[in-house]
Amino acid sequence: MTTAPTPVPTTPAATSPGGGAGASATATTTSPTTSPTTAPAPRRRPLARLGGASWLATVPLLLFFLIGFGLPTIAIVIGAFTTSSDAETGAGQFTFDNLADSVQGGYLTAMLSSLKLSALTALLATALGLPLAQAVVTSRRGWLRQAVLTASGVLANFGGLPLAFAFVATLGNAGEITRLLHLTDHGWSLYSFTGLTIVYLYFLVPLMVLTITPALDGLRTQWREAAQNNRATTVQYWLHVALPILAPSLLGGFVLLFGSAFAAYATAAAMVGATVPLVSRSIADALSGNVLVGQGNLALALSLNMIVVAVLVMAVYLPLQRRSARWLS
Amino acid sequence: MAQLTTPARPGRRTVRWWRGAVLLLAGVYFVVPLAASFWFSIDDPQGISFAAYTGLLSAPGFLDSLWLTLGLAVVTVVVLLLLLVPALIAVRLGSPKLRPVIDVLCTLPLVVPPVALTAGLIGVLRWGPDYLMDTPFFQTFVFIQDPDFPLVLVIAYVLMALPLAYRALDAGLRSMDVRTLVEAARNCGASWPRAVFTVVLPNLRGALLNASFLTLALVLGEFTTASILGFQPFPVWIYSVGNSQAHMSVAVSILSLLLTWLLLLLLATAGRERHAKTAAS
Repeated sequence: MTTAPTPVPTTPAATSPGGGAGASATATTTSPTTSPTTAPAPRRRPLARLGGASWLATVPLLLFFLIGFGLPTIAIVIGAFTTSSDAETGAGQFTFDNLADSVQGGYLTAMLSSLKLSALTALLATALGLPLAQAVVTSRRGWLRQAVLTASGVLANFGGLPLAFAFVATLGNAGEITRLLHLTDHGWSLYSFTGLTIVYLYFLVPLMVLTITPALDGLRTQWREAAQNNRATTVQYWLHVALPILAPSLLGGFVLLFGSAFAAYATAAAMVGATVPLVSRSIADALSGNVLVGQGNLALALSLNMIVVAVLVMAVYLPLQRRSARWLS
Repeated sequence: MAQLTTPARPGRRTVRWWRGAVLLLAGVYFVVPLAASFWFSIDDPQGISFAAYTGLLSAPGFLDSLWLTLGLAVVTVVVLLLLLVPALIAVRLGSPKLRPVIDVLCTLPLVVPPVALTAGLIGVLRWGPDYLMDTPFFQTFVFIQDPDFPLVLVIAYVLMALPLAYRALDAGLRSMDVRTLVEAARNCGASWPRAVFTVVLPNLRGALLNASFLTLALVLGEFTTASILGFQPFPVWIYSVGNSQAHMSVAVSILSLLLTWLLLLLLATAGRERHAKTAAS
């Protein structure tokens, strides 16, 4: 999505008891990866006097959620399985046509292309983000770490339109670098799958750095020293010690990036137009009426497909995140 | 700490060289587009011109869309905090059974991408003219789609910001023992509202700021929902300008990046001040 839930480096809200230099160097994220900084307080008897009425304070949130989130979700599910108002057979008939159409032809291409782009960019960003985060974590310069993490927080939020325009100005057909290096003569085009990949990496790599840094911080020096005392090489240490411990965090990060790239809309919309079909763009097109007569509800079926993918992503991500939080706390 | 005990090994020199190379490459990749777009925005056939920046204020629609976005951002933050803070404090004080429910509710918006949420909202908004034409609800549907201040966008933004703000506030509440604080205040004779307003909320300041800034950054950059629903807040305005005046749209992009940067710096500073204060006491 344009406004993906991206973590931002902040000094932890929880003040660490140690304080001093060590504490000022810790960074945490406000993403779903946030691990509990302190253990939750042990459960106690509810306060007798407030116990009865306290649930009232949650009512506004629950009501808002039911209306604001429940109704659209119901609309998507109902709409995906019924004929639209411009259909020949009349509106509201139960049908599987919308779903069937949404996984055929151009829409299938768009879905596959979206999945491919998200998987590729997430994989690349994981592979590139890990060394970068490691370089930052092992650096002896505190300011470097602070600068990179702050910059990552900004860039991870730099999705959407500004990013698209910045890249058009840089590598687009009239972009500065394109003209400087005469890239168009070599067949370069930003408005392609490759171009989009490069642009997506611009906010995915920082997101990965933010996600993986707490995990890298959790790798204890003693583990490395123990491996070295047993005459392990650096490669062996990474293969047999570090990567297995990092695996849940890495996979969790990959899935988060995948979801982020999959939901993104604005960057692609502003940049490539129709040259790279993406499912988020097909939904927007279908919503603005660019569909055949009688397929008005197709957008809702496409949305349902998108939600199914996102649910799968979260179903993988949340358990992984708990697992890595347990290992590295 | 890992940095203090780098072991002296023969391979160390190569490792450090490799680190420098990684940082250098990353630096080039991340700085070049920013530098190039700044150059692009002042590049003119006659030389250097800052017209793209100076012409902003007089550009048609610039101020209107900016005000609309700022208004939406403020209302979103207020609504979000008014909904979340009482609920989160209540589940900690009196209704721990509701806590998993709130946790799931605040995570759920993550599984509905903004495009899909927008599709759902449009689906609901179509019920208005289709089924509710003769009922008082129809006026509500018209009201929330008022182009001068589309409340439907506030609903969408609150939902999108919910997971972010929830995590931020939850982390803040985790770091203090709400129950003990309130019990202490109550034992000193404070009323419930007084205990919450003068004891819990001041302790939660950092988390509240954090949640507000994240929400603000989200609303300032949100394009998907607004553009599909056909309203024109700031990001949509940038898009429409991009079609005719490329220089200006790039200039605005840089400015909006600086704005996000500023917001996050403020956020980091607020967090650090609080940190320093508690460390000193």
